[in-house]
Amino acid sequence: MTDTWAGIIFLGTLILALALVHKPLGDYMARVLTSKRHLAVERGVYKAGGIDSEADQTWGSYLRAVLAFSGVSVVFLYIFLRVQQHFWPPYAVPQMSHSQAFNTAASFVTNTNWQSYSGENALGYVVQMAGLAVQNFVSAAVGIAVAIALVRGFTRNRTDRLGNFWVDLTRICLRILLPISIVFAIIFVGSGMIQNFHHYATIHTITGGTQTLPGGPFASQEVIKELGTNGGGPFNANSAHPWENPTVWTNWLEIFLLLCISFSLPRTFGKLVGDKRQGRAIVAVMASLAILSVALMLIVQTMHHGTVPTAVGASTEGTEQRFGVPDSAVFATGTTLTSTGAVNSFHDSYTSLGGAMTLLNMMLGEVAPGGTGSGLYGILILAVLTVFVAGLMVGRTPEYLGKKLGGREVKFASLYLLTTPALVLVGTAVAMALPGERASMLNSGPHGLSEVLYAFTSAANNNGSAFAGISVNTVFFNTVLGIVMLLGRFLPIVFVLALAGSLARQKPVPASDGTLPTHRLLFVGMLTGVTLIVVALTYFPALALGPLAEGLH
Amino acid sequence: MRTIVNSLRQLSASLRMLLIFTVILGVGYPLLITAIAQVPGLKNRADGSLVKVAGNVVGSKLIGQSFTDANGNPLTQYFQSRPSAAGTGYDPTASSASNLGPESIVDTLPDPAVKSDTGKQSLLTQVCSRSVAIGQLEGVDGSRPFCTPDGVGAVLAVFWSGPGYHGTVTRVVSINQAAPAKPFISTYKGVAVQVGKFGEDYAKGQVVPIRGNAPAHPAVPADAVTASGSGLDPEISSAYARLQEARVAKVRGISVAQVDALVAKFSKGRDLGFLGQPRVNVLQLNIALDKVYPYSKK
Repeated sequence: MTDTWAGIIFLGTLILALALVHKPLGDYMARVLTSKRHLAVERGVYKAGGIDSEADQTWGSYLRAVLAFSGVSVVFLYIFLRVQQHFWPPYAVPQMSHSQAFNTAASFVTNTNWQSYSGENALGYVVQMAGLAVQNFVSAAVGIAVAIALVRGFTRNRTDRLGNFWVDLTRICLRILLPISIVFAIIFVGSGMIQNFHHYATIHTITGGTQTLPGGPFASQEVIKELGTNGGGPFNANSAHPWENPTVWTNWLEIFLLLCISFSLPRTFGKLVGDKRQGRAIVAVMASLAILSVALMLIVQTMHHGTVPTAVGASTEGTEQRFGVPDSAVFATGTTLTSTGAVNSFHDSYTSLGGAMTLLNMMLGEVAPGGTGSGLYGILILAVLTVFVAGLMVGRTPEYLGKKLGGREVKFASLYLLTTPALVLVGTAVAMALPGERASMLNSGPHGLSEVLYAFTSAANNNGSAFAGISVNTVFFNTVLGIVMLLGRFLPIVFVLALAGSLARQKPVPASDGTLPTHRLLFVGMLTGVTLIVVALTYFPALALGPLAEGLH
Repeated sequence: MRTIVNSLRQLSASLRMLLIFTVILGVGYPLLITAIAQVPGLKNRADGSLVKVAGNVVGSKLIGQSFTDANGNPLTQYFQSRPSAAGTGYDPTASSASNLGPESIVDTLPDPAVKSDTGKQSLLTQVCSRSVAIGQLEGVDGSRPFCTPDGVGAVLAVFWSGPGYHGTVTRVVSINQAAPAKPFISTYKGVAVQVGKFGEDYAKGQVVPIRGNAPAHPAVPADAVTASGSGLDPEISSAYARLQEARVAKVRGISVAQVDALVAKFSKGRDLGFLGQPRVNVLQLNIALDKVYPYSKK
């Protein structure tokens, strides 16, 4: 079998598996999020946390809970990172600097997992598992909770209540993320991922040299890194590292895990709004964009255009022998289409058009399928915009799922869509204007611009992957990217919850002849088109100066 | 006053919930998995799939190693791993890729006055120099497209009389080659080609990589000239393993067929026929070689 065919079957089996879990996982999540019953352990959590689990929150109160929890998490993680060197040491770790600790705390709380440090030198095991991995769970759960609150805005009428954030958070962590993590962590240990508390050990090799082998409780962290679309690995090389991704089938499983929740949430949405066809339309848009993107990526990576790939005869720089180019390209697409940012190969060394694809994937706003929760609320915002645009075309009041989209709703949707591009483009422009910051680039010319553009795109979209050549452990990049991550995460959440509150207040409008059906192929096509056009108009000039200039010269 | 009390209550609930989750997800969950990992069969894997020779740990079968002497020269009795960007090579405390881009083709030449200065090699020159070195070691043609015969990137800076690369060519420099090297082509568009000189600025020139006539499928395989993503890749391609068989057989004084049989033993195809790529584990192969066909220095 040729490499390309093996790659196509690899992709085909992934699509099949995602299609198979879409329904059961989506239905299960819907049950978890609507069930009236609390588990005993959850009642214990609410009691210990002093939470009134029966309270129904307004959008403002839901938002305040999200922000308070996330704010406390940033501060807690920042302090944890600053004092990590005092914890029971498996090996000596240095103290993290102020700016890097802030950057890392912001990064893990926002589900970005951008890393300006390399794990094996900078972090101890305790902060990895009890600091970062906890945020891997809860930041993913916050995303899902916000998405569900938005869905409740559509399903509820004439109320100002959107549910209970603490109950949503607890259930998502304990009933969805934790059980899946336990199962796959055991499988991952069986594959060869490490799960120990060993000291770093220096061994003598058969050549008479030495090698220092680290340890760590990392199989358990690896699962939630993918499942929660987090992406921050314990080792610098992330999922390229043989102890984070030892076999070709763990590679398949990791891609599956990072896509499965986001591709199943539209089913949850369809179920909750009482019309599964609505969920199918959304997942159809996600799937078409994802398949288009992965196909383009496979083509440009296997054609290996460019000077160095031609000299080599393949785009193997930065890829592992066990995975090969096609399976790496599929991973790269999956990780940038979700907000994961884990990498099993290094995007900086991709062909210039392959690198452009990873950027474009993130610029799509990560809605195909996007991060856990954030993908669903992102695409629903685009759906709102699409319905509005369609309404303008035919001169009718736009309605989506029985809710009128008036000025207030469209304003929130537009603000949501403007936030990320503003952060990316202004951030990149500022960094490129400062001579000291330009020096952080590893490569020169258009590729250097791509590195900076990639950094800001990754941070603002809460992706966390990098064109890793750039040196980002500077006070400027740590601070600015940390702020960009926080704004890129929480400003959109403010707008989403405000929109949800405004939708829930309305009374439903019955569908009429003039209502645009939002479950038909026409709508799927329009939503796909709107998504692509918004991105193209926003980012094309920046892409043209970076990867396109490099690829087409 | 009420809002302050409310905010404080909100923050205290947040902190308590975070601590509860830290206990369940950050302590309970990883310790549970660690406990399960103590089961025989899982324990060795959870500990890092360590490989022992005569009772001593000599590495992990999942983590690649260099098989070089103290100066970084290949030990010819062993199969060689891929190039590595992890620290000084296969350093598990510094896993890393090169992160150099596909158009990283212009070197910074070393200062001849500073003995230790090695300049800064572009990815293209790294690929070319590895290819030439491996070609020499294995006795095959190490040439590649866009590479000079002496193993640097074949790249010209072309200076034009007019702006925007228009007019006539006034000067051509092979920028990755320094004296005493001979330019890889003598003339370009009728102008004699010079070699580069440390400290000269070629930014005004048009950068033109020259394809040359090397075969599109070079004798030295792709994985042998490129660094992996982790810098710790434990495996090489079957093609690179085959290329090394003759040399290892000769140095150990055994037949190529004997080496080939061992290579086959540590080769893996694609899992289930479609997952990943065919590959050979270098550390396990070299350990087996030492065991079955011990090498003695002559």
